Amino acid sequence: MTILVIAEHDNNELKPVTLNTLSAAQAIGGDIHLLVAGSGCQSVADAAAQIPAVAQVLVADNDAYEHQLAENVSKLVQGLAASYSHILGASTTTAKNVLPRVAALLDVNQLSDVMAIESADTFKRPIYAGNAIATVKSADAIKVMTVRGTAFDPVEGAGGSAEVVNLSDVCDAGTSRFVNEEIAESERPELTAASIVISGGRGMGNGENFELLNKVADKLGAAVGASRAAVDAGFVPNDMQVGQTGKMVAPDLYIAVGISGAIQHLAGMKDSKIIVAINKDEEAPIFQVADYGLVADLFEAVPELEGKL
Amino acid sequence: MKVLVAVKRVIDYNVKVRVKADNSDVDLANVKMALNPFCEIAIEEAVRLKEAGVADEVVVVSIGSKSCEEQIRTALALGADRGIRVDTEDAPDSLSVAKLLAKVVEKEAPGMVILGKQAIDSDNNQTGQMLAALLDRPQGTFASKVAVDGDKVQVTREIDGGLQTVELQMPAIVTTDLRLNEPRYASLPNIMKAKRKPLDLLTPDELGVAVSSNLTLLSVEPPAERQAGIKVSSVDELVEKLRNEAKVI
Ligand SMILES: Cc1cc2nc3c(=O)[nH]c(=O)nc-3n(C[C@H](O)[C@H](O)[C@H](O)COP(=O)(O)OP(=O)(O)OC[C@H]3O[C@@H](n4cnc5c(N)ncnc54)[C@H](O)[C@@H]3O)c2cc1C
Repeated sequence: MTILVIAEHDNNELKPVTLNTLSAAQAIGGDIHLLVAGSGCQSVADAAAQIPAVAQVLVADNDAYEHQLAENVSKLVQGLAASYSHILGASTTTAKNVLPRVAALLDVNQLSDVMAIESADTFKRPIYAGNAIATVKSADAIKVMTVRGTAFDPVEGAGGSAEVVNLSDVCDAGTSRFVNEEIAESERPELTAASIVISGGRGMGNGENFELLNKVADKLGAAVGASRAAVDAGFVPNDMQVGQTGKMVAPDLYIAVGISGAIQHLAGMKDSKIIVAINKDEEAPIFQVADYGLVADLFEAVPELEGKL
Repeated sequence: MKVLVAVKRVIDYNVKVRVKADNSDVDLANVKMALNPFCEIAIEEAVRLKEAGVADEVVVVSIGSKSCEEQIRTALALGADRGIRVDTEDAPDSLSVAKLLAKVVEKEAPGMVILGKQAIDSDNNQTGQMLAALLDRPQGTFASKVAVDGDKVQVTREIDGGLQTVELQMPAIVTTDLRLNEPRYASLPNIMKAKRKPLDLLTPDELGVAVSSNLTLLSVEPPAERQAGIKVSSVDELVEKLRNEAKVI
């Protein structure tokens, strides 16, 4: 049994979530190959080769894969698939875009957002905004799945020396083209990898007031997130949305500020170790999942909190 | 250009689902059902394309039992011109749905297919991508902006790092994210009018698709419940607890 894992990267850096996905692959068992599809991505391939859990790194370095367009990468993976029992990617917008396409090309289903490996063919995954956990058995010849990073501890990233194989196949569907990207630059840790997250909701009132949270975040080394309401209102960009249809986080500490606690928001953060809620409405549902609740006006409580850290 | 929109009947997003006592599945008996919110956004986008003169017909398709005609009628009330139901048991897997939709697309030959990025029941986020693969057409997933320009469409996508814009050769498949638009409400006259709009029935047999699945649902459990915590009375107490009790700062 050999498993193919799709590396998450931006052509320069291998993203840490790849290590969590590899951990899920290890739980399935068997040899693990890691695919780096990109352009000018040698540094990613080098980093990939250092991971002890990886037996072989496959590198597809070509312009056609620069932006990991689903039309092209799915065909590349389809061509490799016959050698593998499982194909795994992280639950990121990149893999969620590509892997269902791979699955359909292989005439198999995809298991989305797998959170536990029961055996090589049986997996647990959340449904209904995490209000139910399904155990699903797949009889497909090749199991294609995305994996929830926060549900698996990362494997070691260094000390290995995997064989590197360069792939020469170029799959360019020619039907899609990258135009541009607006990527948020931030000095703060990445939301899904941070050990502390502080998020703001509609109660923040406007985008400027998120500065109150940024100051706390800077003191704690935290990432800053948001509810859908805060994103929809234009306070902050979409990449900050935590929840069922945004990002799933599970930090050691999650601080929800001016967030009511709708099921869709809870779906994205209720696996956090410690949850703090600051809300002026003592009936807010967020208090039902909070370890520590503070009923207070956030405009007083948050600056005070910042002062005392 | 014709736009085809695929919609799904799901539990209403305000309802917190319960797991059946025998852990065989979730309990949907007497639960309020609705149009999947992302599908509402898909309908809205198609109707706006028609209002802008870019599209000339909006066809809505749903796959499922008779009950999902209620959601097709909702889509018709929101502005779709006609409906198609493909008659199946309630929840075929994503691959089967994509195969059925691919056949409907071959029949209807739309310039664009719009779907929700995910259904809030199965939370799969797959069908649009699978449909695009089966048709060998490009996809613009998690769309927050759709701009048609001749035989191409530019789709701005919500990605983990921010926004990405891609240009797709049409026919193209688009899946909607939350910020694409704000769906309208159906007016009473439009709800009445929708009752008279055409709704055709197709079967998987007619489409030449055998609906089956390699996935078996073994059990469904409720998630681990969190213990309710405590209320602290001041910021001082909060900081003290986080430092000395939880030891997370
Ligand atoms: C298809 C779909 C997908 C969705 N996906 C997501 C998702 O991924 N993530 C997500 O978050 N939501 C999602 N939602 C939206 C969700 O249902 C809620 O609408 C949203 O989470 C509410 O955000 P909020 O808590 O910030 O706003 P509200 O519910 O309006 O709550 C604001 C809170 O702020 C408090 N407040 C106000 N002023 C102050 C103050 N001065 N001091 C202290 N507290 C104050 C209020 O008491 C209130 O509790 C989704 C909805 C749908 C239909």
